[in-house]
Amino acid sequence: MAGVIQAGGQTKSNTYTGFGPLLLLPSWLIIGFFLLLPVGMMLIYSFLTKEFRGGVIWEFSLAAYDQFLFDRGLFGDDPPKIEWTYIGIFWRSIWQAGLATVLCLLIGFPTAWFIATRSGVNKSIWLFLVTIPYWVNLLIRTISMKFLIRDTGPINEWLMAGGVISEPIHMINTAFAVQLGLFYSYLPFMVLPIYASVERYNFALSEAAADLYASRWTTLRHVILPSVKPGIVAGCILVFVPSLGAFLAPDLLGGAKNFMIGSLIEEQFKGNAGNWPFGAAASMILLSLVLIALMFYARSQRQQGHF
Amino acid sequence: MNRKLKTTVAAVALALTAGTAQAEGNLSIYHWFEYIPQELLDKFSEQHGVTVTMDTFDSNEAMLASLKAGKMGSYDVAVPGDYMVEIMAADGLLDTFESSELSNFGNIMPEWVDVGFDKGRKSSIPYQWGSTSFSVNRNDYTGDINTLAMIFDPPEEVQGKINVLDSQGEVLALASIYLGIPQCTTDRDQLKQLNELVQNAKPHWASFGSDVAKDVLVSGDASVGMIWSGFSAKAREEGANIEYAYPKEGYVVWMDNVVLLKDAPNRDNALKFMNFLLEPENAAAVTNFAQYTAGVSNTTELLDDAVKNSPESNPPAQPVGTFVMACSEEVQKVYDTIWTNLKK
Amino acid sequence: MAKKFDIKRFPGFLAITCLCLFLLYTPLLVVMVYSFNDSNSITNWGGLSLRWYEEVFFGVEAPKFKKAAFNSLTIALCAATTATTIALCAAVAILRAGRFRGQGLSFGLINLPLMVPEIVTAVATLIFFSAIGFKAGYATILIAHIVFCIPFAYLPIAARMQGIEGSYEQAAQDLYATRWEAFRLVLLPLMMPGIISGFLLAFIISLDDFIITNFVKGAGIETLPTAIFGSVKQGIKPNIMAISTLLLLVSASFVTLSWFINRKGGENSS
Repeated sequence: MAGVIQAGGQTKSNTYTGFGPLLLLPSWLIIGFFLLLPVGMMLIYSFLTKEFRGGVIWEFSLAAYDQFLFDRGLFGDDPPKIEWTYIGIFWRSIWQAGLATVLCLLIGFPTAWFIATRSGVNKSIWLFLVTIPYWVNLLIRTISMKFLIRDTGPINEWLMAGGVISEPIHMINTAFAVQLGLFYSYLPFMVLPIYASVERYNFALSEAAADLYASRWTTLRHVILPSVKPGIVAGCILVFVPSLGAFLAPDLLGGAKNFMIGSLIEEQFKGNAGNWPFGAAASMILLSLVLIALMFYARSQRQQGHF
Repeated sequence: MNRKLKTTVAAVALALTAGTAQAEGNLSIYHWFEYIPQELLDKFSEQHGVTVTMDTFDSNEAMLASLKAGKMGSYDVAVPGDYMVEIMAADGLLDTFESSELSNFGNIMPEWVDVGFDKGRKSSIPYQWGSTSFSVNRNDYTGDINTLAMIFDPPEEVQGKINVLDSQGEVLALASIYLGIPQCTTDRDQLKQLNELVQNAKPHWASFGSDVAKDVLVSGDASVGMIWSGFSAKAREEGANIEYAYPKEGYVVWMDNVVLLKDAPNRDNALKFMNFLLEPENAAAVTNFAQYTAGVSNTTELLDDAVKNSPESNPPAQPVGTFVMACSEEVQKVYDTIWTNLKK
Repeated sequence: MAKKFDIKRFPGFLAITCLCLFLLYTPLLVVMVYSFNDSNSITNWGGLSLRWYEEVFFGVEAPKFKKAAFNSLTIALCAATTATTIALCAAVAILRAGRFRGQGLSFGLINLPLMVPEIVTAVATLIFFSAIGFKAGYATILIAHIVFCIPFAYLPIAARMQGIEGSYEQAAQDLYATRWEAFRLVLLPLMMPGIISGFLLAFIISLDDFIITNFVKGAGIETLPTAIFGSVKQGIKPNIMAISTLLLLVSASFVTLSWFINRKGGENSS
């Protein structure tokens, strides 16, 4: 998709050749000054020394990365062991974000397919319905979920009133709640890109496959999925990347105990910890992971000939 | 290069904020959450023609971190607890004033003037004091609750249904009290013991949270909740069937104080506000709202009966509470490690 | 030719779609319903009432939320306007100015805010402002919002611009229109649906943001999401549900609005 946007203009009018590129100046200034530069600054901060009780001292130090990787005991003088905690938090976050992506895909693909294959007004209505949640404030959606699944929330009340259960099912402040929150938060992000892909899908391909006696599911696997792959990959990225750095779901639904990367980082700046270099280091590691994932994405797009 | 950058940015900043900020007539407060009634702020606003803005925090440590993260110079007054006043003063975050600058200085209860954390009240005035312990939902647990074991070695009925304050100072102080070791101990074995205690208790804790402390008790999400005395009284008033414990091992007492911050943009208004809070009537209004106890004389007859007579505001003669201590840098580093191990 | 089955149909997909919508809507609808609950406790039903809406507009916390709403709206308006302008310029440069060095890089740069996780942007911005001694406040929020709104404004604008043949402007220029006139009188009107979509998307994204705002906001400045978050941490109160419902309606009307604009745009271009 990305390549299409770029290449598109080059075959067409060059009305603004010459001074045109100057029109990029505001973008470069704003994003360069207020995003690129800050990220560079964050990289520098991750190599600074933590000041006692918050703040930083401008002295080079590897302490933040050391804390991330090694456990030197309570008093800091034990021989270093590998510190599994932070790696564990990252691993858990990746796992939860991955699971959320898979769940979103399992629900999102059939939904997108179904909507894209409706016709006329029908299609518009379905699409409209699935678009609204996409535009609703994420915080409000997370709060709604928190309200719904509390021990004294509507789900438990209804089930108990209906006599299905006698004790409330404990859901809030568990890893399950966080997982549910991630899935729920980013589900619309999966549906829409896949929908856009299916829209462009040439159904003659399916027909050809059917004529060659391919079954429905064989067609899906060998014909449809490869064709709509760009939409699927885009959807997965749109779910995976924000899930990985999510803060609201673990904080509001996980009781600030089911730490994810986002909560770990937030704690360094807003909470009791007050360890800026460590927070900066954790952010750098998260950013690197995401960039690596995106590089794979770009490469797969290029191999597919979409670039 | 760096200075040039700074100047450029400062110029841009000036251009952007020009016209929006007028230093006169403003007061910026950094306060604990759900503590001061909005009506009282409105009253001050009206009396002195000052626009009041307030941000809130939920732990002493979080407030300190935020102030050190570039918020100094934004706020006029803050409301740290006792040990935090000492830390902030040592870090040079506080301004000083003369007692003559506050006409109501004489209203301070005598026992709260010469306090260890601010001798003679040079930078702070007493606000409210109370205690930190925990409350237990009596529907879920009927046994004896007056022991810190309810938190650190909880009975089966409440395991996994405990909320703990997200406040390093108070949690580690209570843990030390439970173990019977001195706060801020430098003894390595005792520090290891402390670490083990909280590590072993952690699986029984459902959540960490200060701002949620009342809600989890009211909603029934937690059976035991570490909580401040007045906040517990409010939870009880909102319908939670809870009892506030005075554990036999001891508990934490604290006093919150209004401090004058260094580089306060509206120092005069800050002093006016501090003076305002020393009026018995206004101090009583805070007490009636937050249900702690004021450090100002002559408030008793202005209090609601429910507040005056609540079990939370009237601790028994025994056991006595202890103030949280400010640790040395060396011990604080170990405390930070213990806390990080606990939270991660 | 006889087909064995309808190639567009898969068994169970309708059920999954319904499940998807059910999952997406249940929490929202429940909150909506409970916002009309006439009871102090949020979980017990006490009959229908509008009291919590009254509380939102006239209660003790009303000034706080009104101020937050004002901040949110002005920030979203300024950020979306600026971001849309910047994105439009960028789209013209990338799609209409031929080939030049750094084109691909520029495209990457514009999309950078989409690729960097929000929490990382938040941390980086906080560190940056504090390192250069820029005091956090309204301006810091606005700047941060402009940055992450740019790619959201860019996407619909670029998509629309690709659908417009360059020959329109060339024709205008052949008729002695200047480049500026060709842009203003030919391209801009054709671009309008894309520009409005971009603006709306940027606007809603700015209104939506919590994480970055929470990191860069200054003393005494709240936006609606940060004010709601602060309030919710102390328990979900019925007035929060009322506010949520109101915001939900705002979002829904935005979708409807952009829907009609897109449809109109679609008709024009076809």
